[in-house]
Amino acid sequence: MTAQEVRLCGLLLQEHFGDVVEKVGTHLIRSGVLTLRALAHETKLPLDLVKKSLCVLMQHGMCAFGAGRRGPAGPVEYHIICEHILHMLRYPRYIYTAKSLYGDTGELIVEEILQRGQMTMSSTVKTVADRLTHNMPEGQSMDYSEVVSAFSRLVETHFLQRCPPMASAGSSSSEAVNTPLPVVTQPTKPEDHPECYRLPYINLTGQGKRRRSSEDGEAEQRAAKKTKTDNSERGDEGIYWQVNFQRFHLHFRDQAIISAVSCKLDQTSSEIVRTMLRMSEVTTPAHAAFTQALSANEIFRALPFSYNIARPILDQYLTLLVNDPMEFVGRTGDSGGGMYVVNLHRALANLARATLESVVQERFGSRSARIFRLLLRKRHLEQKQVEDFAMVPAKEAKDMLYTLLSENLVQLQEIPKTPDYAPSRTFYLYTVNQLPTARLLLQHCYKTVGNLIERRLYETKENKRLLEKSQQIEAILASLQATGAEAAQLTEVEEMITAPERQQLESLQHHINKLDSSENQVDETIFLLESYINSTQAPP
Amino acid sequence: MAGNRGRGRSQFTFNVDTLRFGRGDSLPTSAHTPSPLFPPMQFRPVPLHTGEEVDYMLALKQELRASSKNLPFHIKAARTKTDVARYSDKYQNGEPKYNCIEWSPDWSRMPKELCIKVQKTRKTGAKPQLTQKPKVAARKEEVLQKLETLEKREQEQHSEEEEDEEKKKQNEEEEEEPDEDYDEEELEDETDYIISYFDNGEDFGADSDDNMDEAVC
Repeated sequence: MTAQEVRLCGLLLQEHFGDVVEKVGTHLIRSGVLTLRALAHETKLPLDLVKKSLCVLMQHGMCAFGAGRRGPAGPVEYHIICEHILHMLRYPRYIYTAKSLYGDTGELIVEEILQRGQMTMSSTVKTVADRLTHNMPEGQSMDYSEVVSAFSRLVETHFLQRCPPMASAGSSSSEAVNTPLPVVTQPTKPEDHPECYRLPYINLTGQGKRRRSSEDGEAEQRAAKKTKTDNSERGDEGIYWQVNFQRFHLHFRDQAIISAVSCKLDQTSSEIVRTMLRMSEVTTPAHAAFTQALSANEIFRALPFSYNIARPILDQYLTLLVNDPMEFVGRTGDSGGGMYVVNLHRALANLARATLESVVQERFGSRSARIFRLLLRKRHLEQKQVEDFAMVPAKEAKDMLYTLLSENLVQLQEIPKTPDYAPSRTFYLYTVNQLPTARLLLQHCYKTVGNLIERRLYETKENKRLLEKSQQIEAILASLQATGAEAAQLTEVEEMITAPERQQLESLQHHINKLDSSENQVDETIFLLESYINSTQAPP
Repeated sequence: MAGNRGRGRSQFTFNVDTLRFGRGDSLPTSAHTPSPLFPPMQFRPVPLHTGEEVDYMLALKQELRASSKNLPFHIKAARTKTDVARYSDKYQNGEPKYNCIEWSPDWSRMPKELCIKVQKTRKTGAKPQLTQKPKVAARKEEVLQKLETLEKREQEQHSEEEEDEEKKKQNEEEEEEPDEDYDEEELEDETDYIISYFDNGEDFGADSDDNMDEAVC
């Protein structure tokens, strides 16, 4: 774990779960693997607080436990899964995707499960139905069956999966010998279990309940007691569902490829690529370099009705896609009118390369970007060759190269002519390696998001007094309106915030919105670079 | 190679031509200070994306942040105790309790060592009295000792009442300490007799030395 990743994880944990969990989490990330006692001792927090924090982290799938170094008889050891903490940045994107695919119901299901980490199907359905009923006009309520059908669709398309069953973790029970704890180094993946996507049979009928604001406290208590007894009746206790992040990532990757094709070529080509990807969704494994081969006949049959293109036109489009230098689509055979695949890894590499080039362009200007692109294509060039190929005057080329070199975007490769590396008798070649540069940029992105979060916290802290005052006034206004006050009283309360304060509040809100928006946008770049880097590594 | 040193003043070890700067040019100035924290940017950054999708995700992000503060997963550390214990501390409910967990995870999926024994919350009515009883008992013992050295008549009268109280309190304390999972009904049965028999007012009045002399009289 790099320093920037640890810092970002700490900030995210603090935002969502508070200071205590942040302290426990960052210490555990830095130490790697620890037992409970060691963790409590080193963080100097009370044991109960440490236990609570670990429960929270495990509930959200960010912490895992396993048999320690001393085997099943020794104390249990805990370790943090950093990627899941970094995924917290992307929660809005997951929820928005679920909304665009499955509507409001799907959106709320994914939101509930993301916020609570793991949930049973019945409790999810009830909570979501209640929330939807709350937003509906009076008299209507949401039927459970609709929510159940949305849930089933999410599971069928693998966006939700069952949490992997845990071996019994009791160290004192005699069954510990028969069911060994998972070894810390090899976590069981959810997909290893055959029933990962099987829906349990539950008899859940009814409708969402509208919660009246007057009976808030009591109703919640009663509801809390009810859920404990209800779960055992519904028939799916012990079966918890979590969000399948990998599936969402595959979806985002497909979206990125499709939008790249539509930007570079045109809408019809992007539709063809979308059809190809849709057809090979379930047959392509997660880390495959290309999709399954599809024949042109199949693609023609599977195109959506709105695209009424003739068969020869489709062939022309496919040829265009194959000949395009971005190499999104490749031709692997001639049977069935031509067998075509989508080159996933190559597409990711090209998207990452485009990101790097655009970063250089925006930071250093278009001529530096030209030099950078040149070096990417030609691999190794001497300084004189760089000037000639890039058609940039010598002095400026030298300046730009040195700036890029100082930023570590360009590396210098020495090729000696003589065994002593005498400078006058050595070739100095400039080169760009895409993978290390992508890693460097990814770390920059983590640092950027960390800075954005810290700046937002700083802005909020600076104006804390003002924010609290505005919140109090809003509360007063709300209560006055609920009890039916006159307009004069309302305006009097509103005037308690002076005009310059109002302006200050508005500009504060504007800044916070901008910072949040930037975080979301940097996260898109993070996703692209992470996917590219993961695709170059061998599959686990 | 060593012989060349000192001859020819501005001779560099590397081939000057390949680096494209002539002899007359000055080398770039060396840096004396670390680079500034916020260096001036050559090019302005590109404006952010806008659109409905972006706005919706922004709203989602802010909502998630706000609602996660209200979930039971958000653990707040206890406020550090100020120097003086204040009277109002007793009535502030904001103190988070460490010894209970506000949501119940599925304990079969977590290691047993993380399970925190939940203490049943007692009704607030019984609480002040229970906390007062040990204090009252301690004060009672001090008072007894003082009274023994003072007049015997008052001591006899008080000791009768106090012995009854003490016995019952000792019984309660023994019951209280070992196991806190007792039902509140049991304790209330034990203490019912005492609640009605001994009022707070009488206890408070009877504690101080000066008042006791006068009250008995």
